Amino acid sequence: MEKKNIAGVEVEFTEDGFLADASQWTKEIAAELAKEDGIVLGEDHYAVLEYLRKENAAGAPLTIRKVGKSGIVDIKGLYQLFPGGPLKLSSKYAGIPKPTSCV
Amino acid sequence: MDNKEQKPLEKVLIICAKGSLEDVYASLVMANGAVMEGIETKLFFTFFGLDGITKKYMDKLYTGTVGNPAMRMPGGLKFPTLLGVLPGVEAGVSSMMRSEMDKLDMPPPSEFLDMIAAGGGEIFACKLAVEMFKLKKEDFHDEVKDIITIGQFYEMATGERTQIIFT
Repeated sequence: MEKKNIAGVEVEFTEDGFLADASQWTKEIAAELAKEDGIVLGEDHYAVLEYLRKENAAGAPLTIRKVGKSGIVDIKGLYQLFPGGPLKLSSKYAGIPKPTSCV
Repeated sequence: MDNKEQKPLEKVLIICAKGSLEDVYASLVMANGAVMEGIETKLFFTFFGLDGITKKYMDKLYTGTVGNPAMRMPGGLKFPTLLGVLPGVEAGVSSMMRSEMDKLDMPPPSEFLDMIAAGGGEIFACKLAVEMFKLKKEDFHDEVKDIITIGQFYEMATGERTQIIFT
């Protein structure tokens, strides 16, 4: 466990760099995490993050297929928003655990 | 172990040479997984693997019920090879496998190919096999980028951290 001070909050991270506690999440934390990867979050990004958080809270397993069918963004759009890690990076910024599915 | 010292894979070239449900899916899952990890991905279909990208067959792939020692009944009991030869058994088993995979959010091959292409993965058909089976570009899924020779495929395998996977 690693602790970092982000946007004035002491945030705990897992070894992989994911938020240890999803309830600590704020939009500012998401923006800071994305900035480390060189991504500036906009409205479209946040719409995806909100969706992921909602689904995760409901206990639903997440796949890019599911996000692609959510009506929020298609798969191509998801890759454009989060280059190099459509589900992994978006989950990281959404403050939910690292995805465990293979699709 | 220091993560920063590890050098991640940068490119994979995956060859699918067999056309059974599980062989095609093995290639598709690996290719899609690579794209999702940000790895440059090329997928090459050859011989019977071409069924996996042929419009007519790609979403109707079968799993062999004969001569597969790992084939079991839903309860775990061994699946007798003699049962596998009965008409309709292979179709039934295959459709059951497809529905089980759908429950895990595994898309049918046509959609899987769309997903791979959406992430920037490239899909190719082997020229030799295409000519042998007398197929044409129009017979294939729209995301099949080109029909190429094995030489052209190897030419893509540049870069230090590149791997070729044969399924």
